Parts: sequence; structure tokens; C-alpha cells
Amino acid sequence: MRFAGIDIGSRTIELVIVNEAGQIVESRQADTGFNPQMEAGKLINGVSYDRIMATGYGRNLFEISFDAPTVTEIKTHARGARAFFPDARTVLDIGGQDSKAISMFENGRVKKFEMNDRCAAGTGKFLEIMARTLGYDIESFGLQALMAKKDLNISSMCTVFAESEVTSLIAGGQNRQEIARGLHTSVIRRAAGMINRVSSEGDIVFTGGVAKNPCMRALLAEKLGRDILVPEDPQLVGAFGAALLAGEIQ
Amino acid sequence: MAKSILNKLQFISDENLIDIEQAKADGRSVIGFYCMYTPSEMAIAANAIPVPLCGTRNDPIAAAEEILPRNLCPLIKSSFGFATTGTCPFFKLSDIIIGDTTCDGKKKMFELLSRYKPTYVLQLPQNQDMFTALPFWHAELQRFRKIIEAHSGVAITEDGLRAAIRLMNRTRNSIKALMDVNKARPVLLSGSQLLEILFKVEFLADKEKGIKLMEEVIAQAHSGAFRSKTAGSGTGRRILLTGVPVGLGSDKVVKIVEQSGADVVAFENCSGYKKAFVVDEKKDPMEALAEQYLATPCSVMSPNDKRFDLLKDLIQEFSVDGVIDLTWQACHTYNVEAFGIGEFVQKTFGMPTLHLETDYAESDTEQLRVRIEAYLEML
Ligand code: SF4
Ligand code: SF4
Repeated sequence: MRFAGIDIGSRTIELVIVNEAGQIVESRQADTGFNPQMEAGKLINGVSYDRIMATGYGRNLFEISFDAPTVTEIKTHARGARAFFPDARTVLDIGGQDSKAISMFENGRVKKFEMNDRCAAGTGKFLEIMARTLGYDIESFGLQALMAKKDLNISSMCTVFAESEVTSLIAGGQNRQEIARGLHTSVIRRAAGMINRVSSEGDIVFTGGVAKNPCMRALLAEKLGRDILVPEDPQLVGAFGAALLAGEIQ
Repeated sequence: MAKSILNKLQFISDENLIDIEQAKADGRSVIGFYCMYTPSEMAIAANAIPVPLCGTRNDPIAAAEEILPRNLCPLIKSSFGFATTGTCPFFKLSDIIIGDTTCDGKKKMFELLSRYKPTYVLQLPQNQDMFTALPFWHAELQRFRKIIEAHSGVAITEDGLRAAIRLMNRTRNSIKALMDVNKARPVLLSGSQLLEILFKVEFLADKEKGIKLMEEVIAQAHSGAFRSKTAGSGTGRRILLTGVPVGLGSDKVVKIVEQSGADVVAFENCSGYKKAFVVDEKKDPMEALAEQYLATPCSVMSPNDKRFDLLKDLIQEFSVDGVIDLTWQACHTYNVEAFGIGEFVQKTFGMPTLHLETDYAESDTEQLRVRIEAYLEML
């Protein structure tokens, strides 16, 4: 038996296939584009599986067109993180459009969660726009920030305000790397606050596309004063969790 | 069958405006009010018509924001916008408006509202203490009584007050009986249907019509007439909604809960159970009114212990699986109280709560859906 999980996020779609032992045997990724339904259809085309479960913001559309059960990102990230790290009790997921902190009971059930509110503050989108404003590409943004000698304090969390704040810092002749570092710090400050509201016990797993950013990982560990666990491909965690849950349907 | 009663409700609601206009033509006055703290008995005793005012829709908010700050609670902006755009028929028909100092935003909004209609604001104490707050509130209700008498031209007598209390108690008992229908498992009436009925009945000038209608709904509900896919599948989680009031147009959370396969079985708020308290008929009427209205467990009160008591009772009586605590954006009192509510429910029942902060706009529907579905998955 093969079980599939599809995570239709605001920026990307991930598909993961697991075998009966819960190991990943195949994975695919695509940009969400303007027609998530069509992109999701293309992604599953030609892939064989016995059951599929959908998650992510496009899950309900997928449910309608492909008649698949759905589950929220909260549950799939908890499930996926747990499969990678059996002692995980807390998950921080920062994706393209939102960020969330999830705490789990010892047995892995979701205990509490927090999500950012409707704006892009503290999400991948925020970092992406700031990288662009600073003239970095998103891949090197974190590395550049890591190289900074100090932090430049950024006070605005609103993407629009932060953008003008950054622009005036550049105009004021400030060091670009330090501005980048300050932006990372402000997102981490918020994320740490969210984590502390849900729990502070057990191992912390960092998931979602933003977890690939080395500066984010380093700052989070520093801020919380402990190690952060990051799966090899943090972007797949949601789809992986969905695939595992598909296999657990009675 | 269920449909016919909802049609009837629609019909009565339309008729209601004509009733009020007719009453006005006959010289009766109309008293508009906004909140649970305004004793409608006083108006009834003066042969006037108390009407709640509109404030649950998103449409007039843009107009309100031309005058009011944007970062204000949607309930306040909506109420004000309805008044300034002339789109609330009840506001238009009201001779005077009664406000209340239940929060700072409203308090200041009423100052501006007085430019559109004569507005009187009831000054509320900040707590429910019997020795300090009650005498103050009692005096405030005496002032209210004089205002009503002056405007209606009718002297409020003790007998008149007693009769009004009896009438309103009957209404409240029907409201309670209607809400209690959903103690049944599976539920007999969907949360949104219940809300719609309560909302429309509230606007009826003729209380007897409202009572009769609610009795019919109760009878039909018990015979299973309202059972549908959304209500009474028996498989859905039973949710209690607490926090700020919701009404038609601001019920998106209730709808999302139902779309996610759960039932809202109880409302611990001003659109639900807070409407069901009865006034003591044996006491001196002014004293009884002062006591009961002051006891309203609104977050303006500090501390607000009675809300915790009510919540506890309802969670047990309706055997709920989860509690959703709703706050309108910029409502500081409910927003701050949410922490204590979450902690209380967790400690007492071992059940997590979901605190949602939103406004009347539909823009965050999908985000709310994720939170609500994730919460239901947790239960
Ligand atoms: S919640 Fe408080 S302020 Fe709002 S209607 Fe109820 S009593 Fe009035
Ligand atoms: S919801 Fe809160 S802020 Fe809004 S009117 Fe009621 S008490 Fe005031």
C-alpha cells in the first residue's frame, strides 16, 4: 500500500508518498500559481497511491475536485514533525503566508496552537519582500544576515511599514547585512513569543520553507536558548504528515 | 414545516415595522437601545416601544469610518454607520436613543451619535458590588425612568412596572426554553437557525407575537422538524460560543463551525443566554430591575466572576465538547478576559478553548476556517 499527502500552500504544493512503514518513497513539488486545482492535478498525475489526504489552504478545493479527505496544516505538521523526531513536543511552522506554533501532548496529539493574524507579518512573504527591498535573492538572504556584525533594530512588523523603514535605513547609509539581520531578528522575536504562548517543553521542530534559512535557525536557537531540530526538507513536513494520516484512516 | 415557520417569521418581521409606525402614529414613543443593560421594562411600562438597534452588519462600516477611527470595534462602527447612513429603520423610528457606558469606544461614540438623535447614556458602575455599585445603579435607573416619562408623556406606575416585568419574564422564559431545545442530543435546531430566530424576535414590538412564535418553534423543534444535515446529524462536536454578541451579518464564525461539521449548541453571550435571566417579581420593581440588570455578566464588569459561573453551568448543562471564545477586534475587555476564560475552562473541564479575534469582514474566512477545523480536530 502507498499513501499520499498533498499540501496545497499559498506559494508551493508538495506531494509525498509513503509506504506502509511510513517511509517517504517519492516526493514532488510545484509552484501553486494562479490555479491551485490545476497544479495539484498535474502534480498527482501519473503517481500511484491507494489513498490521498489533502492539507493546506487549498485543501477544500482539492476535496471537491478529487474527493479526498482533508486535514488542517496544524495536525499534519504535528504528525510529520513527530515522525521525524519522536520526542518533538513543539512545532514552529513558518510558511509563505502564515506562521504557527503548535504544542503536542506526550502522545503526539495537538494540545494548543497559535497562528499569526491576517497580515503577512512574521511570514515567509515578509522575508521575501524585505530581501527584495535589500536587493538580495531569497536563497542568500539568510547567509548575508548571518554575516552581519550586529543587529539593526527594525521596529515595524507590518510589511508595508517595514519596507519604508528599510528604505530609509538604506538611504541613511546603514549596512545592508545588518539591516537583514535586524529583519530576521524581528521575525524570530515574534515567533518565539508564539512558541512561549503554546508551550516551552520538549524538543522544538522548525518546519516550513522559512526553516531552510540558516539565519532564522540560528537566531531561533539563540533566542530560545536551546537546540532546534530541522528535518532535512522542512517544506515537506505538511505533506508528509498528511500522507501518514492517510495511512492511519480506519 | 420548519420552512413555513421561518417564512412566518419573515412575514412578522416585515409586519413589525408597520406595527411600529402605526403605534407611533397613535402617539406612542419608540425608544432605541443598544445593549443588555437597558431595562426595556421601563419603556414598556410607559406604553412606549423598546427596540434594539442595528449593529451587526458590515455594510455601513465604511461610512462610519469617515468619522470614527478605523481601529475600533466593528460593533461600534456598524451601529454608528447604520445611524449616519439612515439604513437602520429602527434608528429612524426611534424618538430617543439610550446608550450605555459598557466600553470606552461606545461611550465616546454616543457623544457623536447625539448629533443625529437625542441620546441618553446610562452610566454603569464598573463592578457588581451590592453596597457601592447597586445604589448608584438604582439611582441611575431612576434618572432613566424620568427620561422615559418625559419623552413618552406617560407616568410610570408601580403596577405598570410589575406588568412589564411579568411580560418580559415570559419572553425571557420562552427564549430560555427555545435555547434549551439544544440540550438534546442530537441537536434539534442548528445554531444559526436559533440565532436567526432570537435575533428577529428581539426586534418585534409585540412581545406576545414573539412568545407565540417561539412556542411554535419549540414544539416543532421537539418533533424534529428542524433537523437537517447541519443540525442533528448527531456526529458533530457540540460547541459553546462565548464572548461578544453575534447577530445576522456577524455570524460568520457560527457558519464556519457548522460547515466544518460541528454544532453550536449554546451561546454564552448577549445574543444568547444572557437574554434569559428573569427579574424577581416579588421585590420592589425598581430594586428588582436594578439588581437583575446589574448582574449581567458583561466584560465591562471588573471582576466579571458571573461570566465564569454561567460558562461553567452551560458547559455542563449542554454537555459541550468545546468552547470558542469570540472577540471583536479592538474590544479590549473581552480580549483580555479571554486568557482567564481559556485557563478556567482548561482547569475545570480539561478542555482547550479556541480564542478568535476578528471583525465583520469576510476577508479572513479561510484563516478562521483553519483555526476552527484544527480546533475541532483536537477535541
Ligand atoms: S456584551 Fe456587554 S456591552 Fe455587549 S451587549 Fe452585552 S452587555 Fe452590552
Ligand atoms: S464588543 Fe467590546 S468594544 Fe465592541 S461594543 Fe461591545 S464591549 Fe465595546
